[in-house]
Amino acid sequence: MNLLSPAATALIYLVAAICFIIALKGLSAPGTARRGNLIGAAGAVVAVLVAFFSANLSNVPWIVLAIAVGTLVAVPTARRVAMTAMPQLVALFNGVGGGAAALVAGLELTDSAHGSGAIAAIAAAAGAFTVLVGTVSFSGSVVTYAKLQELMTTRPVTFPGGQYVFGASLVAAVALAVSAVVVGANGGSNGLLLGVLALVSLAVGILFVLPVGGADVPIVISLLNAFTGLTVAASGYVLSNTLLLVAGTLVGASGTILTRLMAAAMGRSITSILFGAFKPSTMVAAGSGGDRPVRSGSPEDVAILLGYARKVIIVPGYGLAVAQAQHTIRELADLLEARDIEVLYGIHPVAGRMPGHMNVLLAEANVPYEVLKEMDEVNPEFKTADVALVVGANDVVNPAAKTTPGAPIYGMPIMEVDDAQQVVFLKRSMRPGFAGIENELLYEPKTMLLFGDAKESLSKVVASVKSL
Amino acid sequence: MDGITLLTFFVLAVVIGFEVVSQVSTTLHTPLMSGANAIHGVILVGAIVVTGRTTNVFTLILGLLAVILATVNMVGGFVVTDRMLEMFKGRAPKTAPAKKREDS
Repeated sequence: MNLLSPAATALIYLVAAICFIIALKGLSAPGTARRGNLIGAAGAVVAVLVAFFSANLSNVPWIVLAIAVGTLVAVPTARRVAMTAMPQLVALFNGVGGGAAALVAGLELTDSAHGSGAIAAIAAAAGAFTVLVGTVSFSGSVVTYAKLQELMTTRPVTFPGGQYVFGASLVAAVALAVSAVVVGANGGSNGLLLGVLALVSLAVGILFVLPVGGADVPIVISLLNAFTGLTVAASGYVLSNTLLLVAGTLVGASGTILTRLMAAAMGRSITSILFGAFKPSTMVAAGSGGDRPVRSGSPEDVAILLGYARKVIIVPGYGLAVAQAQHTIRELADLLEARDIEVLYGIHPVAGRMPGHMNVLLAEANVPYEVLKEMDEVNPEFKTADVALVVGANDVVNPAAKTTPGAPIYGMPIMEVDDAQQVVFLKRSMRPGFAGIENELLYEPKTMLLFGDAKESLSKVVASVKSL
Repeated sequence: MDGITLLTFFVLAVVIGFEVVSQVSTTLHTPLMSGANAIHGVILVGAIVVTGRTTNVFTLILGLLAVILATVNMVGGFVVTDRMLEMFKGRAPKTAPAKKREDS
């Protein structure tokens, strides 16, 4: 099927590249986001169709079958995933993309000749880069998936000398990559070297992500996403395919910016996220005695507190989403408003598991967008609030972020619920949040705790408010 | 492709990539990351080309694996992004520049 001339192919690839740029631009603004995504998808479909008609391909039935298999796996998974589990699914999709890029570049280098001299050397370098970084992205994403899915501990995993093991594996990977380049540049077969490189890179990816703490994992997903973009760009070079080059570079660049924006939203620097756990921690559980008294209340107590307040600010967290309590919290808010109480929602930028995640979750429950306030907007309101109702959130209201240098979340902007007259926490247990640190606010005299599943607790509070 | 043309493509794409996402509100970080993730699924094009050219069974098998993985990345990425975004439908104008939102 050699229907399209190289010029026609190149022009259609250009159209696809423009689609991707429009897609990224569209995704940056709420009004155009969905259309942007669809334009991106259209560009991708066109590019794939063109790939079939641009060269004389063999094995086409097999390829079509493989695409069908991939689609049959991906669509139901993406359709059915609970919105709470979405960050890890994105991580997984990113990882398989990185794996695919590594395979493509590795196969291309071993399977066909790339001349000799400088051109072969550059191609071999781009290929070795793709194999290394693509595989790191693959194994790293699998580890982030396991962390977010809580298949393994969400705490940073460190062991004595961990940084040396990581360093050694990285040096080994780079050395292997360089030898693959040298062999490839001299026209030799470097298939075996690339295979070994892939194996070592798997280890590098795992060691890279293991020390990253739970709350920082989403930022690592974004970083690995940028990595995969760069590998796609490099494999575009190996294949002399401009579309892959442009699309991969776009994702690499925008992914890098996005990673920095996300890190800034959490008040973290990327180096401290990646290498923070390697340094000895200065603060470990200062005063994290398990037996200190807390004030726990009944649903009726909470209802009275809320029912006679003038202003209530709800701070929802991941626990609310897990319990699917979005509808119940809305019912409570409606009841309070019927009693002439002012109700606001304060949404931390990283509430949920990823920046913007909570907005998606509340939108799913039809909570009107107008009452959702961003952190900067709601923080001054706490001083005049009678009650701050924290539902299933912990790290994002932890004053340790302001008061305890050395705490893993130190420097992260928080919801200043401690400024409110009273603070009510709905929690499942005293277990610390995702970042794994104690919250001093829980022990304050003005704090009341109501233990239990967020949805059950809220339903009881709703019933009590009704009978006030 | 010669080196200079390539470098030109690369640099222009970097500038555009930086430029298009520099103004995004936190609300859209997750969908944007997911959308960008779907876009690099276009590695499927490379997987198809490599697999379509080979006569070697070993390469064919690994190439088909790459095709499957790339398809999952691309198709799954766009579908899950669409799912996230369909929830913003209708309320979208309110979210616009996040910090200037009006009380209602």
